[in-house]
Amino acid sequence: MMRADLELIYDWVPKGAHVLDLACGDGELLESLARNKGVTGYGLEIDHDGINACVERGVSVIEHNLDDGLSSFCDNSYDQVIMTQALQALRRPDKMLDEMLRVAEEGIITFPNFAYWRHRVHLGLRGYMPVSKSLPHAWYDTPNIHLSTFNDFEHLCREKGLMIVDRAVGVGDHQGHWKSRLWPNLFGEIAIFRVRRR
Amino acid sequence: MPDSDTLAFADRPTTSVGLVTPHVARFDTPLALACGKVLPAYELIYETYGTLNAERSNAVLICHALSGHHHAAGYHSEDDRKPGWWDAHIGPGKAIDTNRFFVVSLNNLGGCHGSTGPVSHNPETGRQWGPEFPMVTVSDWVASQARLADQLGIERWAAAVGGSLGGMQVMQWAMTYPERVANAVVIAATPRLSAQNIAFNEVARQAIRSDPEFFDGWYAEHDTVPKRGLKLARMVGHITYLSEDAMGSKFGRDLRSDDLNFGFDVEFQVESYLRYQGDTFSTAFDANTYLLMTKALDYFDPAATQGGDLAQALAPAQCPFLIVSFTTDWRFPPSRSRELVDALTRAGKSVSYANIESPHGHDAFLLSEPRYDAIVSAFMNRAARELNLPETGPEETP
Repeated sequence: MMRADLELIYDWVPKGAHVLDLACGDGELLESLARNKGVTGYGLEIDHDGINACVERGVSVIEHNLDDGLSSFCDNSYDQVIMTQALQALRRPDKMLDEMLRVAEEGIITFPNFAYWRHRVHLGLRGYMPVSKSLPHAWYDTPNIHLSTFNDFEHLCREKGLMIVDRAVGVGDHQGHWKSRLWPNLFGEIAIFRVRRR
Repeated sequence: MPDSDTLAFADRPTTSVGLVTPHVARFDTPLALACGKVLPAYELIYETYGTLNAERSNAVLICHALSGHHHAAGYHSEDDRKPGWWDAHIGPGKAIDTNRFFVVSLNNLGGCHGSTGPVSHNPETGRQWGPEFPMVTVSDWVASQARLADQLGIERWAAAVGGSLGGMQVMQWAMTYPERVANAVVIAATPRLSAQNIAFNEVARQAIRSDPEFFDGWYAEHDTVPKRGLKLARMVGHITYLSEDAMGSKFGRDLRSDDLNFGFDVEFQVESYLRYQGDTFSTAFDANTYLLMTKALDYFDPAATQGGDLAQALAPAQCPFLIVSFTTDWRFPPSRSRELVDALTRAGKSVSYANIESPHGHDAFLLSEPRYDAIVSAFMNRAARELNLPETGPEETP
Protein backbone atom coordinates (compact mmCIF):
# COMPACT_ATOMS: atom_id res chain seq x y z
CA MET A 1 0.00 0.00 0.00
CA MET A 2 1.21 3.45 -0.95
CA ARG A 3 1.58 6.47 1.28
CA ALA A 4 -1.85 8.06 1.68
CA ASP A 5 -1.00 11.26 -0.22
CA LEU A 6 0.40 9.18 -3.08
CA GLU A 7 -2.88 7.21 -3.25
CA LEU A 8 -4.77 10.42 -3.85
CA ILE A 9 -2.29 11.67 -6.45
CA TYR A 10 -2.51 8.31 -8.16
CA ASP A 11 -6.20 8.93 -8.79
CA TRP A 12 -5.56 12.43 -10.11
CA VAL A 13 -3.13 11.32 -12.83
CA PRO A 14 -4.98 10.45 -16.04
CA LYS A 15 -4.33 7.22 -17.92
CA GLY A 16 -1.41 7.37 -20.35
CA ALA A 17 -0.20 10.75 -19.07
CA HIS A 18 3.40 11.88 -19.49
CA VAL A 19 4.54 13.12 -16.09
CA LEU A 20 7.51 14.51 -14.25
CA ASP A 21 7.71 13.51 -10.58
CA LEU A 22 9.87 15.96 -8.62
CA ALA A 23 11.43 14.35 -5.56
CA CYS A 24 10.15 10.95 -6.61
CA GLY A 25 11.76 9.09 -3.70
CA ASP A 26 12.02 5.37 -4.30
CA GLY A 27 9.80 5.57 -7.39
CA GLU A 28 6.79 3.83 -5.85
CA LEU A 29 4.22 6.21 -7.34
CA LEU A 30 5.75 6.22 -10.83
CA GLU A 31 6.03 2.46 -10.84
CA SER A 32 2.40 1.87 -10.00
CA LEU A 33 1.28 4.62 -12.41
CA ALA A 34 3.33 3.02 -15.18
CA ARG A 35 2.14 -0.48 -14.42
CA ASN A 36 -1.55 0.18 -13.94
CA LYS A 37 -2.27 3.35 -15.88
CA GLY A 38 0.28 3.30 -18.69
CA VAL A 39 1.79 6.54 -17.42
CA THR A 40 5.25 7.48 -18.80
CA GLY A 41 7.80 9.97 -17.56
CA TYR A 42 10.67 10.59 -15.23
CA GLY A 43 11.41 11.01 -11.59
CA LEU A 44 13.86 13.60 -10.36
CA GLU A 45 15.65 12.77 -7.14
CA ILE A 46 18.76 13.74 -5.25
CA ASP A 47 18.81 11.04 -2.59
CA HIS A 48 21.23 8.25 -3.53
CA ASP A 49 19.21 5.41 -2.01
CA GLY A 50 16.05 6.69 -3.71
CA ILE A 51 17.82 6.81 -7.08
CA ASN A 52 19.12 3.29 -6.64
CA ALA A 53 15.71 1.99 -5.62
CA CYS A 54 14.16 3.58 -8.73
CA VAL A 55 16.76 2.04 -11.04
CA GLU A 56 16.33 -1.35 -9.38
CA ARG A 57 12.54 -1.27 -9.99
CA GLY A 58 12.91 0.08 -13.53
CA VAL A 59 11.65 3.60 -12.92
CA SER A 60 13.46 6.23 -15.02
CA VAL A 61 15.12 8.54 -12.53
CA ILE A 62 17.41 11.49 -13.06
CA GLU A 63 19.73 12.77 -10.38
CA HIS A 64 18.74 16.40 -10.16
CA ASN A 65 18.76 19.14 -7.54
CA LEU A 66 15.37 20.88 -7.71
CA ASP A 67 16.96 24.14 -6.61
CA ASP A 68 18.69 24.14 -10.02
CA GLY A 69 15.26 24.65 -11.60
CA LEU A 70 13.72 22.79 -14.51
CA SER A 71 15.48 24.61 -17.35
CA SER A 72 16.50 21.32 -18.94
CA PHE A 73 12.82 20.53 -19.57
CA CYS A 74 10.97 22.19 -22.44
CA ASP A 75 7.72 24.19 -22.21
CA ASN A 76 4.59 22.01 -22.25
CA SER A 77 6.62 18.82 -22.59
CA TYR A 78 4.63 16.97 -19.90
CA ASP A 79 0.96 16.55 -19.03
CA GLN A 80 1.52 16.91 -15.30
CA VAL A 81 4.32 17.76 -12.94
CA ILE A 82 4.00 16.21 -9.49
CA MET A 83 5.90 17.33 -6.42
CA THR A 84 5.33 15.60 -3.12
CA GLN A 85 6.69 16.91 0.18
CA ALA A 86 9.47 18.97 -1.40
CA LEU A 87 7.98 22.46 -1.76
CA GLN A 88 8.95 23.42 1.78
CA ALA A 89 12.59 22.40 1.24
CA LEU A 90 13.15 24.52 -1.87
CA ARG A 91 15.03 27.80 -1.98
CA ARG A 92 12.27 29.48 -3.99
CA PRO A 93 8.99 27.53 -3.88
CA ASP A 94 7.19 30.27 -5.82
CA LYS A 95 9.61 30.06 -8.73
CA MET A 96 9.33 26.28 -8.76
CA LEU A 97 5.58 26.62 -9.08
CA ASP A 98 6.12 28.84 -12.15
CA GLU A 99 8.55 26.29 -13.55
CA MET A 100 6.20 23.37 -12.97
CA LEU A 101 3.43 25.14 -14.82
CA ARG A 102 5.74 26.09 -17.65
CA VAL A 103 6.69 22.45 -18.23
CA ALA A 104 3.12 21.16 -17.86
CA GLU A 105 -0.35 22.63 -17.83
CA GLU A 106 -1.17 21.00 -14.53
CA GLY A 107 0.71 20.52 -11.30
CA ILE A 108 0.09 18.43 -8.19
CA ILE A 109 1.76 19.64 -5.02
CA THR A 110 1.76 18.25 -1.51
CA PHE A 111 3.36 19.79 1.56
CA PRO A 112 3.03 19.74 5.36
CA ASN A 113 0.46 22.25 6.59
CA PHE A 114 2.15 24.39 9.20
CA ALA A 115 -1.24 25.61 10.46
CA TYR A 116 -2.36 22.10 11.46
CA TRP A 117 -3.82 22.32 14.96
CA ARG A 118 -1.17 20.12 16.53
CA HIS A 119 1.50 22.37 15.06
CA ARG A 120 -0.34 25.37 16.46
CA VAL A 121 -0.41 23.79 19.88
CA HIS A 122 3.34 23.19 19.72
CA LEU A 123 4.08 26.77 18.79
CA GLY A 124 1.14 28.72 20.23
CA LEU A 125 0.69 27.10 23.59
CA ARG A 126 3.91 25.30 24.35
CA GLY A 127 6.19 27.75 22.60
CA TYR A 128 8.23 25.21 20.69
CA MET A 129 8.77 24.70 16.97
CA PRO A 130 6.39 21.92 15.92
CA VAL A 131 7.66 18.39 15.59
CA SER A 132 5.23 15.86 14.18
CA LYS A 133 4.90 12.96 11.78
CA SER A 134 4.81 15.38 8.86
CA LEU A 135 7.52 17.61 10.35
CA PRO A 136 9.83 15.12 11.98
CA HIS A 137 12.97 17.28 12.22
CA ALA A 138 14.30 19.53 14.93
CA TRP A 139 14.50 23.24 14.07
CA TYR A 140 18.27 23.10 13.67
CA ASP A 141 18.56 20.18 11.25
CA THR A 142 15.38 20.49 9.24
CA PRO A 143 15.60 20.63 5.46
CA ASN A 144 12.30 22.52 5.52
CA ILE A 145 13.25 26.15 5.02
CA HIS A 146 9.95 27.48 3.62
CA LEU A 147 7.12 26.14 5.71
CA SER A 148 3.68 27.37 4.76
CA THR A 149 0.03 26.76 5.46
CA PHE A 150 -2.90 25.55 3.43
CA ASN A 151 -4.12 29.15 3.31
CA ASP A 152 -0.70 30.52 2.34
CA PHE A 153 -0.51 28.25 -0.65
CA GLU A 154 -4.01 29.04 -1.76
CA HIS A 155 -3.14 32.71 -1.50
CA LEU A 156 -0.01 32.23 -3.64
CA CYS A 157 -2.04 30.40 -6.30
CA ARG A 158 -4.55 33.24 -6.36
CA GLU A 159 -1.76 35.81 -6.66
CA LYS A 160 -0.32 33.90 -9.58
CA GLY A 161 -3.75 33.64 -11.19
CA LEU A 162 -3.72 29.84 -11.08
CA MET A 163 -6.83 27.71 -11.13
CA ILE A 164 -7.18 25.33 -8.19
CA VAL A 165 -8.73 22.21 -9.70
CA ASP A 166 -8.70 20.15 -6.52
CA ARG A 167 -7.52 20.52 -2.98
CA ALA A 168 -7.53 18.18 -0.08
CA VAL A 169 -5.94 17.62 3.26
CA GLY A 170 -5.03 14.52 5.13
CA VAL A 171 -4.01 13.56 8.60
CA GLY A 172 -1.09 11.21 8.96
CA ASP A 173 -1.77 7.77 7.65
CA HIS A 174 -5.54 7.84 8.13
CA GLN A 175 -6.91 7.05 4.71
CA GLY A 176 -10.44 8.21 5.44
CA HIS A 177 -9.41 11.72 6.22
CA TRP A 178 -8.36 12.48 2.65
CA LYS A 179 -11.01 14.93 1.60
CA SER A 180 -11.75 18.62 1.58
CA ARG A 181 -13.16 19.55 4.92
CA LEU A 182 -14.66 22.48 6.62
CA TRP A 183 -11.49 23.88 8.16
CA PRO A 184 -8.69 22.37 6.16
CA ASN A 185 -6.19 24.92 7.39
CA LEU A 186 -6.80 23.83 10.95
CA PHE A 187 -7.41 20.11 10.62
CA GLY A 188 -5.24 19.12 7.69
CA GLU A 189 -1.77 17.86 8.47
CA ILE A 190 -0.78 17.45 4.84
CA ALA A 191 -2.07 19.74 2.11
CA ILE A 192 -2.49 18.59 -1.44
CA PHE A 193 -3.34 20.83 -4.38
CA ARG A 194 -4.01 20.24 -8.04
CA VAL A 195 -3.47 23.50 -9.91
CA ARG A 196 -3.63 24.64 -13.52
CA ARG A 197 -2.57 27.72 -15.34
CA ARG A 198 -5.48 29.63 -16.83
CA MET B 1 45.14 2.33 -13.04
CA PRO B 2 46.72 2.77 -9.65
CA ASP B 3 48.62 -0.22 -8.38
CA SER B 4 46.59 -0.33 -5.19
CA ASP B 5 43.64 -1.45 -7.27
CA THR B 6 45.31 -4.48 -8.66
CA LEU B 7 45.94 -7.88 -7.23
CA ALA B 8 48.33 -10.53 -8.36
CA PHE B 9 46.75 -13.74 -9.57
CA ALA B 10 47.74 -15.68 -6.51
CA ASP B 11 45.93 -13.18 -4.25
CA ARG B 12 42.90 -12.90 -6.46
CA PRO B 13 39.56 -12.82 -4.68
CA THR B 14 36.76 -15.24 -5.43
CA THR B 15 35.13 -12.47 -7.44
CA SER B 16 37.72 -12.88 -10.22
CA VAL B 17 36.88 -14.63 -13.45
CA GLY B 18 40.30 -16.30 -13.09
CA LEU B 19 42.44 -17.32 -16.05
CA VAL B 20 41.17 -16.27 -19.47
CA THR B 21 42.34 -16.90 -23.01
CA PRO B 22 41.65 -14.54 -25.90
CA HIS B 23 39.98 -15.75 -29.09
CA VAL B 24 40.33 -14.40 -32.62
CA ALA B 25 37.38 -14.03 -34.99
CA ARG B 26 38.07 -13.66 -38.70
CA PHE B 27 35.79 -11.79 -41.11
CA ASP B 28 36.20 -12.20 -44.85
CA THR B 29 33.28 -10.03 -45.93
CA PRO B 30 34.60 -6.58 -46.88
CA LEU B 31 33.67 -3.81 -44.45
CA ALA B 32 32.83 -0.42 -45.97
CA LEU B 33 34.08 2.32 -43.67
CA ALA B 34 32.74 5.81 -43.05
CA CYS B 35 35.87 7.33 -44.62
CA GLY B 36 34.96 5.73 -47.97
CA LYS B 37 37.60 3.02 -47.89
CA VAL B 38 36.85 -0.68 -47.72
CA LEU B 39 38.59 -3.14 -45.42
CA PRO B 40 38.62 -6.40 -47.44
CA ALA B 41 39.02 -8.67 -44.41
CA TYR B 42 39.83 -8.26 -40.74
CA GLU B 43 40.27 -10.00 -37.44
CA LEU B 44 38.98 -9.08 -34.01
CA ILE B 45 40.53 -10.38 -30.83
CA TYR B 46 38.12 -10.85 -27.95
CA GLU B 47 37.63 -12.49 -24.58
CA THR B 48 34.51 -13.89 -22.96
CA TYR B 49 33.64 -14.34 -19.30
CA GLY B 50 30.73 -16.41 -17.99
CA THR B 51 28.53 -18.79 -19.95
CA LEU B 52 26.21 -18.05 -22.85
CA ASN B 53 22.76 -19.44 -22.03
CA ALA B 54 20.80 -21.65 -24.40
CA GLU B 55 18.56 -18.76 -25.46
CA ARG B 56 21.66 -16.61 -26.09
CA SER B 57 19.92 -13.85 -24.21
CA ASN B 58 22.48 -13.10 -21.50
CA ALA B 59 25.35 -11.60 -23.52
CA VAL B 60 26.84 -8.27 -22.47
CA LEU B 61 29.12 -6.30 -24.76
CA ILE B 62 31.95 -4.30 -23.19
CA CYS B 63 33.24 -1.42 -25.32
CA HIS B 64 36.68 -0.08 -24.51
CA ALA B 65 38.03 3.44 -24.27
CA LEU B 66 40.94 5.20 -25.98
CA SER B 67 43.79 2.99 -24.84
CA GLY B 68 41.76 -0.04 -23.78
CA HIS B 69 41.63 -3.49 -25.29
CA HIS B 70 39.92 -6.89 -25.09
CA HIS B 71 41.45 -7.92 -21.78
CA ALA B 72 38.81 -6.45 -19.46
CA ALA B 73 38.79 -9.03 -16.66
CA GLY B 74 40.73 -11.91 -15.18
CA TYR B 75 44.33 -12.92 -15.78
CA HIS B 76 46.20 -14.27 -18.79
CA SER B 77 48.65 -16.22 -16.72
CA GLU B 78 49.34 -17.02 -13.10
CA ASP B 79 52.33 -14.68 -13.30
CA ASP B 80 50.18 -11.68 -14.25
CA ARG B 81 50.66 -8.81 -11.85
CA LYS B 82 47.41 -7.08 -12.83
CA PRO B 83 43.99 -8.29 -13.92
CA GLY B 84 42.10 -6.88 -16.93
CA TRP B 85 41.32 -3.15 -17.06
CA TRP B 86 37.71 -3.43 -15.82
CA ASP B 87 38.15 -6.27 -13.36
CA ALA B 88 36.58 -4.03 -10.68
CA HIS B 89 33.23 -4.39 -12.42
CA ILE B 90 33.24 -7.75 -14.21
CA GLY B 91 33.24 -11.03 -12.31
CA PRO B 92 31.16 -13.35 -10.16
CA GLY B 93 28.98 -11.21 -7.89
CA LYS B 94 30.25 -7.93 -9.34
CA ALA B 95 28.16 -5.22 -11.03
CA ILE B 96 28.42 -7.10 -14.33
CA ASP B 97 27.88 -10.48 -12.76
CA THR B 98 29.45 -13.34 -14.72
CA ASN B 99 27.27 -15.78 -12.79
CA ARG B 100 24.37 -14.38 -14.79
CA PHE B 101 25.84 -12.74 -17.84
CA PHE B 102 28.06 -13.86 -20.67
CA VAL B 103 30.47 -10.98 -21.16
CA VAL B 104 32.17 -10.25 -24.50
CA SER B 105 35.05 -7.79 -24.62
CA LEU B 106 36.97 -7.08 -27.81
CA ASN B 107 39.82 -4.98 -29.10
CA ASN B 108 38.48 -2.51 -31.65
CA LEU B 109 39.46 -2.35 -35.27
CA GLY B 110 42.58 -0.22 -35.65
CA GLY B 111 43.77 -1.32 -32.22
CA CYS B 112 47.21 -2.64 -31.42
CA HIS B 113 46.40 -5.57 -29.15
CA GLY B 114 45.56 -8.25 -31.68
CA SER B 115 42.70 -6.94 -33.79
CA THR B 116 43.45 -5.80 -37.33
CA GLY B 117 45.11 -2.41 -37.17
CA PRO B 118 48.14 -0.39 -38.21
CA VAL B 119 50.55 -3.01 -36.88
CA SER B 120 48.87 -5.76 -38.95
CA HIS B 121 50.06 -6.99 -42.30
CA ASN B 122 48.35 -5.41 -45.32
CA PRO B 123 47.88 -8.23 -47.85
CA GLU B 124 47.56 -5.77 -50.73
CA THR B 125 50.92 -4.10 -50.25
CA GLY B 126 52.80 -6.87 -48.51
CA ARG B 127 53.93 -4.46 -45.82
CA GLN B 128 52.53 -3.36 -42.47
CA TRP B 129 49.47 -1.16 -42.73
CA GLY B 130 51.20 1.56 -40.71
CA PRO B 131 49.84 5.02 -41.51
CA GLU B 132 47.86 3.59 -44.45
CA PHE B 133 45.39 1.88 -42.15
CA PRO B 134 42.08 3.58 -42.92
CA MET B 135 40.53 5.98 -40.43
CA VAL B 136 37.90 4.16 -38.39
CA THR B 137 34.95 5.77 -36.68
CA VAL B 138 32.70 4.78 -33.81
CA SER B 139 30.07 3.65 -36.37
CA ASP B 140 32.66 1.47 -38.11
CA TRP B 141 33.52 -0.16 -34.80
CA VAL B 142 29.89 -0.83 -34.03
CA ALA B 143 29.39 -2.36 -37.49
CA SER B 144 32.40 -4.63 -36.92
CA GLN B 145 31.15 -5.54 -33.44
CA ALA B 146 27.75 -6.47 -34.91
CA ARG B 147 29.49 -8.98 -37.14
CA LEU B 148 31.24 -10.42 -34.11
CA ALA B 149 27.83 -10.75 -32.45
CA ASP B 150 26.56 -12.56 -35.56
CA GLN B 151 29.46 -14.95 -35.45
CA LEU B 152 28.84 -15.67 -31.76
CA GLY B 153 25.14 -16.24 -32.50
CA ILE B 154 24.11 -13.26 -30.37
CA GLU B 155 21.08 -11.62 -31.90
CA ARG B 156 20.57 -9.10 -29.15
CA TRP B 157 22.84 -7.93 -26.35
CA ALA B 158 21.33 -8.06 -22.88
CA ALA B 159 23.34 -4.88 -22.42
CA ALA B 160 26.03 -2.85 -24.13
CA VAL B 161 28.31 -1.18 -21.59
CA GLY B 162 31.14 1.29 -22.02
CA GLY B 163 33.02 4.17 -20.43
CA SER B 164 34.38 7.26 -22.19
CA LEU B 165 34.96 6.40 -25.87
CA GLY B 166 33.35 3.05 -24.99
CA GLY B 167 30.20 4.92 -23.98
CA MET B 168 30.08 6.50 -27.43
CA GLN B 169 30.05 3.04 -28.98
CA VAL B 170 27.14 2.10 -26.73
CA MET B 171 25.21 5.20 -27.89
CA GLN B 172 25.97 4.26 -31.49
CA TRP B 173 24.76 0.70 -30.92
CA ALA B 174 21.45 1.97 -29.57
CA MET B 175 21.01 4.24 -32.60
CA THR B 176 22.24 1.90 -35.36
CA TYR B 177 20.95 -1.44 -34.10
CA PRO B 178 18.09 -0.55 -31.73
CA GLU B 179 16.61 -4.03 -31.97
CA ARG B 180 19.93 -5.60 -30.98
CA VAL B 181 20.49 -3.82 -27.65
CA ALA B 182 18.20 -4.54 -24.69
CA ASN B 183 19.96 -2.11 -22.33
CA ALA B 184 22.62 0.57 -22.62
CA VAL B 185 25.09 1.75 -19.98
CA VAL B 186 27.00 4.91 -20.92
CA ILE B 187 29.61 5.96 -18.37
CA ALA B 188 31.72 9.14 -18.26
CA ALA B 189 31.00 9.84 -21.90
CA THR B 190 29.85 12.76 -24.01
CA PRO B 191 27.61 13.05 -27.06
CA ARG B 192 30.44 14.93 -28.80
CA LEU B 193 33.85 16.33 -28.00
CA SER B 194 34.18 19.97 -27.05
CA ALA B 195 36.69 22.26 -28.77
CA GLN B 196 38.89 21.85 -25.69
CA ASN B 197 38.71 18.04 -25.93
CA ILE B 198 39.74 18.18 -29.59
CA ALA B 199 42.50 20.64 -28.72
CA PHE B 200 44.01 18.22 -26.21
CA ASN B 201 43.80 15.42 -28.78
CA GLU B 202 45.54 17.60 -31.33
CA VAL B 203 48.40 18.35 -28.94
CA ALA B 204 48.78 14.60 -28.45
CA ARG B 205 48.78 13.96 -32.17
CA GLN B 206 51.28 16.74 -32.86
CA ALA B 207 53.54 15.35 -30.16
CA ILE B 208 53.59 12.01 -31.98
CA ARG B 209 53.74 13.34 -35.53
CA SER B 210 56.55 15.77 -34.80
CA ASP B 211 58.76 13.10 -33.26
CA PRO B 212 61.70 12.60 -35.69
CA GLU B 213 61.29 8.86 -35.15
CA PHE B 214 57.72 8.98 -36.50
CA PHE B 215 58.76 8.83 -40.20
CA ASP B 216 55.25 9.78 -41.34
CA GLY B 217 53.97 6.70 -39.59
CA TRP B 218 56.45 4.26 -41.18
CA TYR B 219 58.54 3.97 -38.03
CA ALA B 220 58.28 0.17 -37.99
CA GLU B 221 60.08 0.00 -41.34
CA HIS B 222 62.83 2.08 -39.81
CA ASP B 223 63.00 -0.28 -36.86
CA THR B 224 62.10 2.44 -34.45
CA VAL B 225 59.22 3.80 -32.38
CA PRO B 226 58.28 7.48 -31.83
CA LYS B 227 58.67 6.98 -28.10
CA ARG B 228 59.13 10.59 -27.18
CA GLY B 229 56.00 11.62 -29.05
CA LEU B 230 53.88 8.86 -27.56
CA LYS B 231 55.21 9.65 -24.12
CA LEU B 232 54.25 13.31 -24.44
CA ALA B 233 50.85 12.36 -25.86
CA ARG B 234 50.20 10.12 -22.88
CA MET B 235 51.46 12.70 -20.40
CA VAL B 236 49.08 15.37 -21.67
CA GLY B 237 46.26 12.84 -21.90
CA HIS B 238 46.91 11.63 -18.39
CA ILE B 239 46.56 15.14 -16.99
CA THR B 240 43.04 15.24 -18.38
CA TYR B 241 42.17 11.87 -16.85
CA LEU B 242 42.91 12.98 -13.29
CA SER B 243 41.24 15.72 -11.34
CA GLU B 244 43.16 18.66 -9.93
CA ASP B 245 42.23 17.44 -6.45
CA ALA B 246 43.36 13.90 -7.12
CA MET B 247 46.70 15.14 -8.41
CA GLY B 248 47.00 17.51 -5.49
CA SER B 249 46.31 14.89 -2.86
CA LYS B 250 48.47 12.28 -4.57
CA PHE B 251 51.52 14.46 -5.22
CA GLY B 252 50.97 17.97 -3.89
CA ARG B 253 54.19 19.87 -4.41
CA ASP B 254 56.24 17.01 -3.01
CA LEU B 255 59.82 16.90 -4.17
CA ARG B 256 61.78 13.81 -5.05
CA SER B 257 64.77 15.01 -3.03
CA ASP B 258 64.97 17.41 -0.11
CA ASP B 259 66.09 20.48 -1.99
CA LEU B 260 65.40 22.28 -5.23
CA ASN B 261 68.17 21.59 -7.70
CA PHE B 262 67.46 24.50 -10.06
CA GLY B 263 67.55 22.29 -13.15
CA PHE B 264 65.19 20.61 -15.57
CA ASP B 265 65.51 17.08 -14.31
CA VAL B 266 62.63 15.57 -12.40
CA GLU B 267 62.14 17.55 -9.20
CA PHE B 268 58.46 17.29 -8.32
CA GLN B 269 56.82 13.93 -7.71
CA VAL B 270 54.11 14.74 -10.21
CA GLU B 271 56.76 15.11 -12.94
CA SER B 272 58.19 11.75 -12.04
CA TYR B 273 54.74 10.15 -12.13
CA LEU B 274 53.83 11.62 -15.52
CA ARG B 275 57.18 10.63 -17.04
CA TYR B 276 56.74 7.11 -15.71
CA GLN B 277 53.21 6.87 -17.13
CA GLY B 278 54.44 8.23 -20.47
CA ASP B 279 57.44 5.90 -20.63
CA THR B 280 55.39 2.81 -19.85
CA PHE B 281 52.80 3.71 -22.43
CA SER B 282 55.32 4.57 -25.15
CA THR B 283 56.64 1.03 -25.27
CA ALA B 284 53.23 -0.66 -24.94
CA PHE B 285 51.04 1.22 -27.40
CA ASP B 286 51.25 1.82 -31.14
CA ALA B 287 51.53 5.44 -32.26
CA ASN B 288 49.39 5.02 -35.40
CA THR B 289 46.66 3.39 -33.32
CA TYR B 290 46.76 6.28 -30.86
CA LEU B 291 46.33 8.73 -33.74
CA LEU B 292 43.38 6.75 -35.11
CA MET B 293 41.64 6.43 -31.76
CA THR B 294 41.88 10.15 -31.04
CA LYS B 295 40.40 10.90 -34.46
CA ALA B 296 37.52 8.50 -33.80
CA LEU B 297 36.84 10.49 -30.63
CA ASP B 298 36.95 13.81 -32.49
CA TYR B 299 34.64 12.66 -35.27
CA PHE B 300 31.91 11.22 -33.05
CA ASP B 301 28.91 13.55 -33.27
CA PRO B 302 25.61 11.74 -33.87
CA ALA B 303 23.65 15.00 -33.63
CA ALA B 304 25.50 16.42 -36.65
CA THR B 305 23.53 14.17 -39.00
CA GLN B 306 20.31 15.73 -37.64
CA GLY B 307 21.22 19.38 -37.84
CA GLY B 308 22.60 19.37 -34.32
CA ASP B 309 19.46 17.82 -32.77
CA LEU B 310 20.71 15.06 -30.49
CA ALA B 311 17.20 14.03 -29.45
CA GLN B 312 16.37 13.46 -33.12
CA ALA B 313 19.55 11.43 -33.56
CA LEU B 314 18.61 9.27 -30.58
CA ALA B 315 15.03 8.77 -31.81
CA PRO B 316 15.65 5.24 -33.16
CA ALA B 317 16.93 3.96 -29.79
CA GLN B 318 14.54 1.61 -27.97
CA CYS B 319 16.39 0.42 -24.90
CA PRO B 320 16.54 1.79 -21.37
CA PHE B 321 19.71 3.80 -20.73
CA LEU B 322 21.77 4.24 -17.61
CA ILE B 323 23.99 7.32 -17.81
CA VAL B 324 26.70 7.77 -15.18
CA SER B 325 29.08 10.68 -14.68
CA PHE B 326 31.63 11.61 -12.01
CA THR B 327 31.72 14.90 -10.13
CA THR B 328 35.41 15.66 -10.70
CA ASP B 329 35.63 14.47 -14.31
CA TRP B 330 36.66 17.55 -16.28
CA ARG B 331 37.49 15.69 -19.49
CA PHE B 332 33.85 14.68 -20.00
CA PRO B 333 32.21 16.51 -17.10
CA PRO B 334 28.75 15.74 -15.67
CA SER B 335 27.26 18.53 -17.80
CA ARG B 336 28.12 16.54 -20.93
CA SER B 337 26.37 13.45 -19.61
CA ARG B 338 23.45 15.64 -18.69
CA GLU B 339 23.26 16.85 -22.31
CA LEU B 340 22.81 13.25 -23.31
CA VAL B 341 20.22 12.66 -20.57
CA ASP B 342 18.25 15.75 -21.60
CA ALA B 343 18.27 14.67 -25.25
CA LEU B 344 17.02 11.23 -24.21
CA THR B 345 14.19 12.67 -22.11
CA ARG B 346 13.25 15.00 -24.97
CA ALA B 347 13.15 11.95 -27.21
CA GLY B 348 10.93 10.23 -24.61
CA LYS B 349 13.40 7.40 -24.00
CA SER B 350 13.73 5.44 -20.81
CA VAL B 351 16.79 6.88 -19.05
CA SER B 352 18.25 7.04 -15.56
CA TYR B 353 21.15 9.23 -14.55
CA ALA B 354 23.51 9.25 -11.59
CA ASN B 355 26.33 11.69 -10.93
CA ILE B 356 28.79 9.89 -8.68
CA GLU B 357 30.86 11.72 -6.09
CA SER B 358 34.46 10.75 -6.76
CA PRO B 359 37.82 12.48 -6.40
CA HIS B 360 39.36 10.54 -9.29
CA GLY B 361 38.36 12.63 -12.31
CA HIS B 362 37.74 10.86 -15.61
CA ASP B 363 39.66 7.80 -14.42
CA ALA B 364 36.90 7.16 -11.87
CA PHE B 365 35.02 5.09 -14.46
CA LEU B 366 37.76 2.44 -14.26
CA LEU B 367 37.73 2.24 -10.48
CA SER B 368 35.42 0.76 -7.90
CA GLU B 369 33.34 3.10 -5.75
CA PRO B 370 30.39 1.90 -3.66
CA ARG B 371 27.73 4.14 -5.16
CA TYR B 372 28.99 3.61 -8.71
CA ASP B 373 29.04 -0.16 -8.25
CA ALA B 374 25.57 -0.10 -6.66
CA ILE B 375 23.88 1.86 -9.44
CA VAL B 376 25.37 -0.29 -12.22
CA SER B 377 24.41 -3.41 -10.24
CA ALA B 378 20.86 -2.13 -9.77
CA PHE B 379 20.50 -1.47 -13.49
CA MET B 380 21.98 -4.82 -14.47
CA ASN B 381 19.79 -6.64 -11.90
CA ARG B 382 16.68 -5.11 -13.39
CA ALA B 383 17.95 -6.01 -16.87
CA ALA B 384 18.48 -9.60 -15.78
CA ARG B 385 15.01 -9.72 -14.23
CA GLU B 386 13.37 -8.39 -17.37
CA LEU B 387 15.25 -10.91 -19.49
CA ASN B 388 14.22 -13.68 -17.10
CA LEU B 389 17.79 -14.62 -16.32
CA PRO B 390 18.08 -16.81 -13.23
CA GLU B 391 20.02 -15.49 -10.24
CA THR B 392 22.62 -18.17 -10.51
CA GLY B 393 23.14 -18.06 -14.24
CA PRO B 394 23.08 -20.78 -16.86
CA GLU B 395 24.19 -24.30 -16.03
CA GLU B 396 27.69 -25.12 -17.16
CA THR B 397 27.57 -27.62 -19.98
CA PRO B 398 30.24 -30.28 -19.48
